[in-house]
Amino acid sequence: MELIVQGIVKAFELLISFDPEVLGITWLSLKISGTATFISLFFGVSIGTTVALTTFPGKRLVISLINTGMGLPPVVVGLFVTIMIWRSGPLGFLEILYTPYAMIIAQAIIATPIVMGISLASIQNLPPNLRLQILSLGASRMQMVWVLIKESKLPLLAAVMAGFGGVISEVGASIMVGGNIKGYSRVLTTATVMETGKGNFDIAIALGIILLILAFLVNLLLTHIQQRQQLR
Amino acid sequence: MNHILTVQNLLVRRGGVTVLDIEQMSVETSRILALIGPNGAGKSTLLLTMAGLLKPDRGGILYRGVAVDTSARRSEMRKSVSVVFQEPLLLNTSVYKNVALGLKFRHLTNGDIRKNVEDALAYFGISPLAKRSAKTLSGGEAKRVSLARAFALKPELILLDEAFNSLDPPTRETLIDDLRHILEETKITAVLALHDREETLRLAQDVVVLADGGMIQSGTTAQVFNRPASEFVAGFVGTETILEGTVQMNRDNLLEIAVGDKMLEAVGDFAPGQTVFCCVRPENITVSADPLKKVSARNVFEAKIQKIVRQAFFYKMILDCGFPVVAYITVSSCEDLGLCEGTSVTVSFKATAVHVMARDH
Repeated sequence: MELIVQGIVKAFELLISFDPEVLGITWLSLKISGTATFISLFFGVSIGTTVALTTFPGKRLVISLINTGMGLPPVVVGLFVTIMIWRSGPLGFLEILYTPYAMIIAQAIIATPIVMGISLASIQNLPPNLRLQILSLGASRMQMVWVLIKESKLPLLAAVMAGFGGVISEVGASIMVGGNIKGYSRVLTTATVMETGKGNFDIAIALGIILLILAFLVNLLLTHIQQRQQLR
Repeated sequence: MNHILTVQNLLVRRGGVTVLDIEQMSVETSRILALIGPNGAGKSTLLLTMAGLLKPDRGGILYRGVAVDTSARRSEMRKSVSVVFQEPLLLNTSVYKNVALGLKFRHLTNGDIRKNVEDALAYFGISPLAKRSAKTLSGGEAKRVSLARAFALKPELILLDEAFNSLDPPTRETLIDDLRHILEETKITAVLALHDREETLRLAQDVVVLADGGMIQSGTTAQVFNRPASEFVAGFVGTETILEGTVQMNRDNLLEIAVGDKMLEAVGDFAPGQTVFCCVRPENITVSADPLKKVSARNVFEAKIQKIVRQAFFYKMILDCGFPVVAYITVSSCEDLGLCEGTSVTVSFKATAVHVMARDH
């Protein structure tokens, strides 16, 4: 109990004192996970919408694969990304192993199926004739897709929240491909793991609380946008 | 005749099953055509094909005489046609933005968009709703918005799929009146998929009867309702009395037809011995409390009232005069004559009110 209290006190000390290392780690976490979520939003919404709006053989299998991908284990993603960008791997020439770029790639791979699955479900959930109604009003196919995406903005914001929540809190892939290098690729989750390993529970708890506050603030912002749309 | 749209040799299959197979059908400019038929008849599929939203497996449509056979032509035609679906399908935004949507796709100026939207909202009496969110509308209001959205485009042809479904009766009544008024005023050609015969009679000038994906009969509303081509059409358009009989005599096209042990007189050209169906619409049957002495009606029978069913504005009466007959009678007539179930009455109808058709098989 004392450990937890100490952790909470330490967290507030670190926050109030604007500890440069903690601020750097927090900012890097936000940058990496934010960029990864943004990338996953682009690929996830595009592919999810395409799958939802087209008919092709094996569509059910593809949807099942996407849904399975929503629960992709971060360590497996970390392993495959590491193999791909390993010096002798197919993408080794990029020389991005143990860099924030590698972490962005791994996190984007984790978040993309989440965003894809939710986008797909939300587009499929729209009334079946809405697509035809929009086309009948004179829309081109691109205009129709854009209107459908806008119409699904509430679940799509939920997709952003789920995707961001998934990557800001993952540690397996980040530690494997980022290497937890101080001042370079250390993020809140990897730092928490390291401090716990060293027995610095107060700092680990403090970092955990900061992580929770960060996730809460981002979700608060997105929920605010989502609910404002809902009330319109 | 001036046809805005012609369906030719059309075949639509879904999952290996033929859902529509129509050789030829035309929509005349500035007329209101109703597609009627039971569920699964192919009405909605035909509307979607007419709207260029569904690619047929064979044949297709001519719009103003030009074949709509490529996706470019389909999308070009869609700019002259508006579709109103069964459900209002409004976007999650304001009423104004919903009505303006199609106009934006047509790249109209903001001024033109505003004018068209305001005109369309005023037409359907929903101008005060302009700023409301579409999500907060009642069913009737949402339906009016979807109609306004279609009319705002000033289409040459408007296609309405079961537009009055799921509306409560008073809302439906007013909307039908308003729609009829607007269609008469704007002279926009309209094709309406309907399954209610009363809506058809109130709105349509022409009727096409569909069943199992095929066209059973087409013609003016009066022709189809008064001279149904088959027993199926007769039943569907509400000819409640359909009697099977055998022609006994044909004297200058005045037929004597044996129905059970009774003899009916009708007008037609059928040979003696031929089995026919005699159709009489319920509104053409007169019920009298006293025996008729001198009357021009050729068919007069003693009958007993078996059942009286209250409808919205009248009574539906099922009578037995050796064969079953259905008649409609106003509430006041029923009360004045003191009619009730079991009462003996006289039933009469003119020979010209009997539509005779050959039995299908």
